[in-house]
Amino acid sequence: MSATLPPPRLLPSGDSAVTVEFSRTIDDAANQRVLALDKALAASPIDGVTESVPTYRSLLVHYDPGKIGFDALGDKLLALASQPLPPATNARRWRIPVAYGGEHGIDLEDVAKALNTTPDDIVARHVAGDYKVAMIGFTPGWSYLSGLDKSLQMSRRQNPRLLTPAGTISIGGIQAGIQCLAAPSGWHLLGRTPVRTYQLHRNPTFLTEPGDRVTFFAIDHKTFEEQDRAAEAGEIIAEQVVA
Amino acid sequence: MSRLVIASIGPASSVQDGGRHGAQRYGLTVSGAMDRLSLAAANTLVDSEPFAAVIEVGPFGASFAARDGAVRVAISGAPRNADIAGSPVAMDTSVTLKDGETLTLGFARSGAFTYLAIEGGIRGEPVFGSLAVNARAGLGSPYPRPLQAGDELSVSAASGAPELRIELPKPSSGPIRVLLGPQDDEFDDANKALFLDSEWKISATSDRMGYRLEGPAIKHLHGHNIVSDGTVNGSIQVPGNGAPIALMMDRGTSGGYPKIATVITADVGRLAQTSAGTAFRFEAVSMAEAQDEAKKFAQTIRSLPDRLRSADTAALNIEALSDANVAGYAVSAVDAGTWQVAAEP
Repeated sequence: MSATLPPPRLLPSGDSAVTVEFSRTIDDAANQRVLALDKALAASPIDGVTESVPTYRSLLVHYDPGKIGFDALGDKLLALASQPLPPATNARRWRIPVAYGGEHGIDLEDVAKALNTTPDDIVARHVAGDYKVAMIGFTPGWSYLSGLDKSLQMSRRQNPRLLTPAGTISIGGIQAGIQCLAAPSGWHLLGRTPVRTYQLHRNPTFLTEPGDRVTFFAIDHKTFEEQDRAAEAGEIIAEQVVA
Repeated sequence: MSRLVIASIGPASSVQDGGRHGAQRYGLTVSGAMDRLSLAAANTLVDSEPFAAVIEVGPFGASFAARDGAVRVAISGAPRNADIAGSPVAMDTSVTLKDGETLTLGFARSGAFTYLAIEGGIRGEPVFGSLAVNARAGLGSPYPRPLQAGDELSVSAASGAPELRIELPKPSSGPIRVLLGPQDDEFDDANKALFLDSEWKISATSDRMGYRLEGPAIKHLHGHNIVSDGTVNGSIQVPGNGAPIALMMDRGTSGGYPKIATVITADVGRLAQTSAGTAFRFEAVSMAEAQDEAKKFAQTIRSLPDRLRSADTAALNIEALSDANVAGYAVSAVDAGTWQVAAEP
């Protein structure tokens, strides 16, 4: 079946990086191929490659042009990308607590109004989702999730906010997100999690990896405060589900 | 152990080095010096590794005082007037501050960033192998934020090595060279030509994350929303308003605007040192040319120790020094392993 997959496009990103593009749109099959190429590259390192960055639809490969040229690297990447997809393995699964609404999710009511339903119903649909970390980007630990319920998909805010809080759980377009650090955002803020997907002096520093599965569950705001303090002290808080 | 006290300093000044590599996949950007050649030149003058941590001084003035002992430093990058108690200090030289003395740097006369390297380096706790400040991620050491007046760095006592100057290649004044892509197919030929044929200026609202470019509006073929993909230093993205932004060292690791072109590695530092308001152009080059230039740039950095000269004489005369029986001292003052006279490429 993989033999029928179209080869990815090799797009130069300057003289020291190449974008291996599998799709122009958000598409789960393309994301699977991105993550498979990322794994294949880790398993069979190419001399001169310094770093790879998976995104929804492409793998950005940084390299040293003093060690390998664009054409030679491109050939090797295309060969790796043409390998059959490995059988699906049990991805890691995280259960992430979220305090929805109120001061922690200032857009929950507006989202409910826009979708002609109640805040509780929005929360129910959000926690019912089975999400995948498609990529991590923008700022440390910001996990972009695929798998948002179609009924929750709505365009981003007209006016992006210049600052949204650390731990924000939000939705934007067809994406859902776990944001770790305070950052600008044009997404709709449903709640906050005490979980730090990035914390400097904790092991591991980064909690989530592209390919991990994620589900959410609701906690009350008092629990949020307690868990937030524990998380600040270095606890992971997120529950890892063993498959 | 001496201290270097930041007596005064302007915005956009921070500890930077070669950057933090390996965690872009987690959204952690590279950061590091905006002008790597000047970073390496300053470090070479004080016998440090080329990408060791230094103080990146923004366009405004700054002053640094030695306390509890002498401190040897070097400056390279954006030219500015510098002096110690009224006695001028040249760019691209090392100088030793005696205990209590203050090195004063004026405004950048052109460019933006000047690098102050300190002999023995800056002490701090590296994260992902780097002391570079990334204020948004709370990273950087000894201060995870831009430097402020009153900050102090604990540094090595000056070695007493003779002062050096470095002869850098003459900077190019030509256009900033780019490779088209990765999303140049999101623009038609007319708009690609508009990008390449127009004069641009860097907006005063630029920072270490991105340089905003002022010029004609560049129109997209299919709108400005693409699915986010990875960015590099020098990616030129075009948001909805058509005003391009060149992404710099504190960029987001991914971005959702089409990227019309990418500044070649050899020219990212030149773009970083283009003063706000100065007109410049881009020029498209081939992949082969860009990669050749990247290799030459890396070679220039490797060759910096060969470009060191005595600060006192136009050219270090080893025989004369030998006759004066001080050659051993002069040679040991810089790393004997890399010290080569007249080994210009």
